[in-house]
Amino acid sequence: MRFVLPVFAVLLAIVVLWYGAAVKMNSVWTYDQAARAELEVSFAEVLADTMVQERPVLPAPHQVALGLWQGLFGQKVTSKRSLVYHGWVTLSATLVGFGIGTGLGILLAVGIVHNRAMDMSVMPWAIASQTIPILAIAPMVIVVLASVGITGLLPKAVISAYLSFFPVVVGMVKGLRSPDGMQLDLLRTYNAGRWATFWKLRLPASMPYLFASLKVSMAASLVGAIVGELPAGATAGLGARLLSGSYYGQTIQIWAALFTAAILAAGLVIVIGVIERAALKRMGMAR
Amino acid sequence: MRDSIGQSAPVIEAKGLGLTFQTGDGPVHALKDVDLTIGKGEFVSFIGPSGCGKTTFLRCIAALEHPTEGTLTVNGMAPDAARRARAYGYVFQAAGLYPWRTIAGNVKLPLEIMGYSRADQETRVRNVLSLVDLDGFGKKFPWQLSGGMQQRASIARALAFDADILLMDEPFGALDEIVRDRLNEELLKLWARTEKTIGFVTHSIPEAVYLSTKIVVMSPRPGRITDVIESTLPRERPLDIRDSKEFIEIAHRVREGLRAGHGDEA
Ligand SMILES: Nc1ncnc2c1ncn2[C@@H]1O[C@H](COP(=O)(O)OP(=O)(O)OP(=O)(O)O)[C@@H](O)[C@H]1O
Ligand SMILES: [Mg+2]
Repeated sequence: MRFVLPVFAVLLAIVVLWYGAAVKMNSVWTYDQAARAELEVSFAEVLADTMVQERPVLPAPHQVALGLWQGLFGQKVTSKRSLVYHGWVTLSATLVGFGIGTGLGILLAVGIVHNRAMDMSVMPWAIASQTIPILAIAPMVIVVLASVGITGLLPKAVISAYLSFFPVVVGMVKGLRSPDGMQLDLLRTYNAGRWATFWKLRLPASMPYLFASLKVSMAASLVGAIVGELPAGATAGLGARLLSGSYYGQTIQIWAALFTAAILAAGLVIVIGVIERAALKRMGMAR
Repeated sequence: MRDSIGQSAPVIEAKGLGLTFQTGDGPVHALKDVDLTIGKGEFVSFIGPSGCGKTTFLRCIAALEHPTEGTLTVNGMAPDAARRARAYGYVFQAAGLYPWRTIAGNVKLPLEIMGYSRADQETRVRNVLSLVDLDGFGKKFPWQLSGGMQQRASIARALAFDADILLMDEPFGALDEIVRDRLNEELLKLWARTEKTIGFVTHSIPEAVYLSTKIVVMSPRPGRITDVIESTLPRERPLDIRDSKEFIEIAHRVREGLRAGHGDEA
């Protein structure tokens, strides 16, 4: 109850600001039209017009809400105009990419922690990989994979994995190294090997770090999948929806797609949070 | 020479032992010219001011640290071989229980690593938990236990497997006097029952005198042994033995030894 009020207040402020900005930005077009038709328009008329334009510079909140509602619930989920359909296309690539990225991230982290050569060499490359703008890489990935006959979900998943492995590597390396000297010494007195040290100590100790990284990595996966849908001239997915929206000036469509992506991201992160809580609780590590 | 204990085959034997840490601001002589023989079944306490090398010596025995001079044997082997033979249990100053394992799970840890059978693990965990008076707490997680109970669980963990040496580094340092008294009493009983050889680091003179058959007094910079006191107290020791004349005499000698160590340094 205590946090409802502040959240509501912030939301209200955003909506008010948004309406204000919509009026200001969209009125330019209204005035232009009026000037071209050599008509005088009153402020009330301008106000009304900025709320209902078909291709507003900034759609008003209720327009976006309506677009979102119609996209999600206004048609069959198999329809090309359904945001559920496009959302699913993006989601499937996101999840596959997330799986690949997480798996790769964990493997790299295990390698880095156990192998000196990898410790020295992998991290700089991993960091370098993230400094290259994904928008520059995405088309190359898609073209290269298409040339060997791989199209559809997989290239997008690869881009998604490219973004999502990094937080997992960073978090897992930190997590696997989190046991202190005393805990490692204890295992030495048992004459435990690397294998036992990994399974009994490093891996369980890294779980809180892993879950924190997974949340970041999940969001990055979604961004990767959407970016992967931009260059290909893809016809399905939230990215394609964004792109076609911007081709045809369908700003409402763009915003509806953006909000779908945001809802998707929030949902995925919440799911990870729920799994995290359950897992850590079972491990006796819940705070 | 005082009693029969010291005459049995040495379990731990250090001759001219030295360890110098090379640090950024020059070498630190943590141990120098340490000669010590510990016989089977002895309870040996190490006492001395902070930084005199007590922990370092214990860690050398456990092969967690490697001496730079002299020789050290454990059960007649090099410490590393003894470690590989799983010759000892080590109790660290902090309980260091794994938060993701129950108390029983924590005690089971060494057993899993050493490949004891499932059935054997269960019985050992039960036995050793009752040994440290923690029956019924097996299913609890560490954070559900008090500090003293956690420390007892960590002792149980070191007792769960068949090592005949138990090394303890200030295991009760963080506990209040009353809990400490109780644990001391329990530790003595446990020692009598298991006949282990125990190396015990402490800062408390009464604790050292109460527990030990042999008290090793150390002094710092460089860490070395200044006195080795064979206790004349009987093996059976009720808590009120601490008011006896003999006890007070030994405590006095320990205090003298500590003071002398300080005097040298000045
Ligand atoms: N890993 C290390 N590197 C460098 N110096 C060390 C290291 N470990 C211990 N020392 C030094 O060796 C000396 C002995 O340390 P040690 O921990 O054995 O003392 P201690 O007798 O156990 O002290 P305390 O009673 O405070 O636990 C100290 O001067 C310490 O600074
Ligand atoms: Mg110490």
